[in-house]
Amino acid sequence: MMDLRELYQDIILDHGRRPRNFRVLEHPTHLAKGHNPLCGDRVTVYLALDGDRIADVSFDGRGCAISTAAASLMTEVLKGKTVAEAQALFARFHAEVTGGDPPAVPDSLADDAERLEPLIGVKAYPMRVKCATLPWHAFEAALKGGLAGDPVKTE
Amino acid sequence: MIDGRALRREFPVFEHNPGLVFLDSGASAQKPRAVIDGIAEFYRGDYANVHRGVYKLSARSTDLFEEARVAVRDFLNAADECEIVFVRGATEGINLVSYSWGGAFLRAGDEVVISDVEHHSNLVPWQMACQRAGAKLVVAPTDETGEFDLGAFEALLSRRTRMVAVTHVSNVTGTVLPVENIVRLAHEVGAKVLIDGCQAVPRMPVDVQAIDCDFYVFSGHKAYGPTGTGVLYGRRDVLEAMPPWQAGGGMITSVEYAGTEFQEPPHRFEAGTPDIAGAVGLRLAIGFIEGIGRGAIQEHEAALTDYGVDVLSRIPDLRLVPGGQRRLSILSFNLDGVHPHDVGTVLDQHEVAVRVGHHCAQPLMDRLGVAGTVRASFGIYNDRDDIDRLAAAVEACREMFSR
Repeated sequence: MMDLRELYQDIILDHGRRPRNFRVLEHPTHLAKGHNPLCGDRVTVYLALDGDRIADVSFDGRGCAISTAAASLMTEVLKGKTVAEAQALFARFHAEVTGGDPPAVPDSLADDAERLEPLIGVKAYPMRVKCATLPWHAFEAALKGGLAGDPVKTE
Repeated sequence: MIDGRALRREFPVFEHNPGLVFLDSGASAQKPRAVIDGIAEFYRGDYANVHRGVYKLSARSTDLFEEARVAVRDFLNAADECEIVFVRGATEGINLVSYSWGGAFLRAGDEVVISDVEHHSNLVPWQMACQRAGAKLVVAPTDETGEFDLGAFEALLSRRTRMVAVTHVSNVTGTVLPVENIVRLAHEVGAKVLIDGCQAVPRMPVDVQAIDCDFYVFSGHKAYGPTGTGVLYGRRDVLEAMPPWQAGGGMITSVEYAGTEFQEPPHRFEAGTPDIAGAVGLRLAIGFIEGIGRGAIQEHEAALTDYGVDVLSRIPDLRLVPGGQRRLSILSFNLDGVHPHDVGTVLDQHEVAVRVGHHCAQPLMDRLGVAGTVRASFGIYNDRDDIDRLAAAVEACREMFSR
């Protein structure tokens, strides 16, 4: 059994307690809600796209330390990225936490991929993987649906 | 006095998972060797379909199946074994009543009263039955101490009340509801009463005639029996007035294309081949419980509950969900600033198995103003040491999240 400290690293606890970009965006261009019916966690991800670039991104809702930290770290790395870059980061992150074969990301994104690494410990806890991916799925749904994005559910 | 640790030897799961602190019997109880081995033995030596064959093996299987019904009758102190319907679980029992009785007797303008601590399985079937009939779902409150508010309940009753469906013991707060008083008040206005006995049956004596309810349901798997088994008790005259719910083999006396004659209860409500081995296993579970004695079990678990309240109350930042004046075997709590799922993961790392989340009682979570809770629930194999281990793990969690 792995050490819990690898799941609840200081950076996770810090972002879980003091999430960054935890606010409603005034004028989002895209938003979507995510819901985990198993635990009742809810997250709303807000995006302000400027052309192809993510000018601003934020979230609100309630969740466990893992989902809150995942959302917080996600917003930090996504700000300023192009949509294609964001999708590449998600594809890599998703593969890493679900035990897949993580696709390589361009060197320009290597630092951002590394910033998400503290969350990868979640893959040893199958019941908790969805906590880490929920905000990303909401982000993806927001990209797809604009302001009328379909809510995403983990179940 | 029950020695939980000694009883653990009867449960192979603890041999296979040494060090496990199992505090989730409220979700499902572990199985004693007598049940596990007895089911295998039945399949080896006595199994055939029931109520069908003219051969000896089928007769023996049928006898064992029907003897299980008699054992359940005695277990609940029902007046007659025809009042015992085998179902897949309490959920199916409630659905059976909500469709069959609800379809026949619920009308537009009628009211169904439930409590605000119901499991979704004693809430959603009634919500749906009310929608079908144009009836109204009315919710009777518990007070801020977690106690069922009999005065408020009485004020909600009227001639429009057709059904009162309440739990015997809350699966979230552990509150024991005053079912005898609830039944008396409901009967005064002519309403029927269904009691969800899932959390009560494994841990306290239950006498359906003394309670005087019209229906009583429980799940076998929470009472040390196999999954997929459950019981609907229905008073004979009430069951006899109800139409079939599911149709199929075994529930008819004659079938023609022009129409079908149905069996009397209980077989009217048991379409298809039943879970024969499940019924045999349930009977063994009942035998196991009765061998220890429900009075002794109640005493044991009440003492554990008191000890748990005492120990958990000493932990800073821990908020215990109130459980009224009488609370049995279930303790729900939250740790300030820590999400229940994070608590659950930390506890699991300490080999302490608890349930976290909404416990299939979302409206109650909304009322308590929480996303979920951590719930520890006890069984006969638990002892004080388990509660000390729980408290130590909760302390470790608190320290981790306050660093």
